[in-house]
Amino acid sequence: MKRVSMLVAIAASLALAACGGSNDDSTSTSASGSQTSASSGNTIQSSSANKGKTVTIGSKNFTEEFILGEIYAQALQAAGYTVKKQLNLGSEQIALKAVKSGQVDAYPEYTGTALTSFFDKKATDVPHDEQKAYQEAKAGFAKSNLTALPPTPFTDSNGVGMLKSKAQKLGITKISDLTSKGSSLTLYGTPECRQRPDCLLGLQDVYKIKFKKFVPVDPGLRHKVLDSGQADTSIVFTTDGQLAQGKELLLKDDKHMFPPYNVTLVFRNEALKKLGPEAQKTIALVQKGLTTEAMQELNSRVDIDKQTPQQVAKDYLTESGYVK
Amino acid sequence: MTLADLVIHRREQSDCVSNDGFCPSWIADNWQRYTHPFWQHLFLTAVAVTIGFAIATGLAIVAHRRRWLIPPVTTVTGIMYTIPSLSLFFLLQPITGRGNTTALIALVSYTLLIIFRNVLAGLDNVAPETRDAAKGLGLTERQVLWRIEMPLALPEIMAGLRVASTTTVGLATLAFFAGAGGLGGSIFSDLTFKSNVVVAGGLCVLLAVALDVLILGAQRMLTPWRRAARA
Amino acid sequence: MNDFSDAIDFIFHSRESLTGGVRVGGSELWSLLAKHLELSFAALGLACLIAVPIGLWLGHIRRGQFLAISISNLGRAVPTLALIAFFIAYFGVGFVNVMFALMLLAIPPILTNAYVGVTQVDPDSVDAARGVGMTGVQIVRKVELPLALPLIFGGIRISAVNVIATATIAPLAGVVTLGNPIINAQVYGPAGRLGAAIVVAVVAVAADAGFGLLQRAVTPRALRLANRRMETA
Repeated sequence: MKRVSMLVAIAASLALAACGGSNDDSTSTSASGSQTSASSGNTIQSSSANKGKTVTIGSKNFTEEFILGEIYAQALQAAGYTVKKQLNLGSEQIALKAVKSGQVDAYPEYTGTALTSFFDKKATDVPHDEQKAYQEAKAGFAKSNLTALPPTPFTDSNGVGMLKSKAQKLGITKISDLTSKGSSLTLYGTPECRQRPDCLLGLQDVYKIKFKKFVPVDPGLRHKVLDSGQADTSIVFTTDGQLAQGKELLLKDDKHMFPPYNVTLVFRNEALKKLGPEAQKTIALVQKGLTTEAMQELNSRVDIDKQTPQQVAKDYLTESGYVK
Repeated sequence: MTLADLVIHRREQSDCVSNDGFCPSWIADNWQRYTHPFWQHLFLTAVAVTIGFAIATGLAIVAHRRRWLIPPVTTVTGIMYTIPSLSLFFLLQPITGRGNTTALIALVSYTLLIIFRNVLAGLDNVAPETRDAAKGLGLTERQVLWRIEMPLALPEIMAGLRVASTTTVGLATLAFFAGAGGLGGSIFSDLTFKSNVVVAGGLCVLLAVALDVLILGAQRMLTPWRRAARA
Repeated sequence: MNDFSDAIDFIFHSRESLTGGVRVGGSELWSLLAKHLELSFAALGLACLIAVPIGLWLGHIRRGQFLAISISNLGRAVPTLALIAFFIAYFGVGFVNVMFALMLLAIPPILTNAYVGVTQVDPDSVDAARGVGMTGVQIVRKVELPLALPLIFGGIRISAVNVIATATIAPLAGVVTLGNPIINAQVYGPAGRLGAAIVVAVVAVAADAGFGLLQRAVTPRALRLANRRMETA
């Protein structure tokens, strides 16, 4: 058995060495597109004082979290810190446990998720104002010796998506249009969406929509069911890459029913203190460019162009001028 | 101060990759994504089968002489075999946490019944006359076991090993639920992308077939006196 | 141990979901169980309809040994997650698609066991039957099938356990079975996930025991001991 493990270890290290060399991804669909106007072009300066300080960044287990975890990790690395990554921790309960126990030092969390999953807030009571939601989440985290850093510009909330062609045919641009037209349309969402006030229940109460049928589906398939024509409408997330592809339309939430879900990097207090003020400044800097449009683009690069989150984060930092 | 911005690409044209299709060029560019999971997968399978083999063979050798042990051992390993591996991963988590250990314990327990039954059957198939002849020549119990019975039981043992290996490769695809990585993690990361599913799934099948052929080859080498019967 | 007691509580008492707004656990598990069993038995039933006749016939005409054994080997080599993922990627989601994937999973053990079961039948009995003037189909029905029944049920038993275990990941394809608390743990929480894992394990063991009893019931006494050796894994 020893020989087998040794052979496997040798082979694994050879393979890992091969893994390290990434190739240049050519995006086959790039024409010159529009550019976001949110970043300021400040470059992160690497400080030798940070060399000895280590930090472990974690993330939850889906695309947007992978990208954010990589962005934060690579940004801190550019600032001179020694960074370890433990992305793909799992759901928010596992991630919270990990940051509390010291398994990781920080991970990106959504303000809305923190309020409903950790701090027992009912979905109806989550503030619709982004800053207020952040302040309440920050206060909640502070009780467990965790610091929630200032939030990202983008919010990744639930939304209602439709195929553009179908929406145009029926003359639907906002969710309140569904009040009259929803009775002939199906809605696809997660199984628990049926009874959530920030999902189907809210659509029924606030917008007074009665759908023809609600079909539970795994969230990973929320766009596939639209594209295949199975679903008339589907619960999607506002930063989904597929929304920028041109085939789908995100209906306007004109009554502001869906609560905000900005991202805040949640740090364990001692870990944050150890890193010094440089860390917070770096994080704040790289977050400036994370608008909804930018996040859709980054998500697209992973979900549609099938690039790795690591590469996408690297490109975000270089294209935005944060890292040379 | 230079103004730099994230480039937003236009994606109105759809191509193979954005359509989640089977794209040989994408595969050619991205095959390195699968090397690390592949080695993880091989590691989990090899270690689990080796440990399972050691334990089960030991149990079978003991039970071969003390027949009363056979029903209880069969029942216990049988239950371990019946419990779905996915359940076992989570049942173990409160005790052994997430990671390789949990995955290995579950994978090992799954191999025990198969190997135990086959080693036992192999030993039982040795004709009593052969044993008597060996004893008559003055060999001790232990020598009879290791020099006569085990070699003669080899085809059955190898057959069990082959079944255990291929089954373990299949189960190890679920090991990422236990936090142990492997090709299953690759499959799960993009279930709708045909290229991903075919490559990761295909690698699993290749691994299983390769192990099967390898063990069959070893069997043929170790038993030159006997045409290896196909399991 | 605290985790386990919390999980047991989840099984028997419903509670508020972690993300709020929904009741999970307790009686909710019944509908998940019903869907799980519906999917499993539909797949198993279809698999039997296909695999038993083919296996019996191949065994009767003593042809296709390579095919029967290879199907079994190939079936073992394809991981269940890969099979489900393949169906999701190429055929989409939904009950019918998953059922087909599970049916394919269930066929190899039943087919191989039916084949082996028939070939194990004493050739003299078959010759005697032929001598009396029975046609091929009659021989299969009246001589070979009854004697092969224990092995066939052994194969069904193995497939039943495999299918029930694999139906746990059906939520990935949109069919909400007992695996939902495991796949969507963020809604159900660690207690829900562990609770569902326990329930699935119990269902699998119960199915194995149940089919085991059925298998015993169709085995003539004298064959019971002999057949215990021959079950394929």
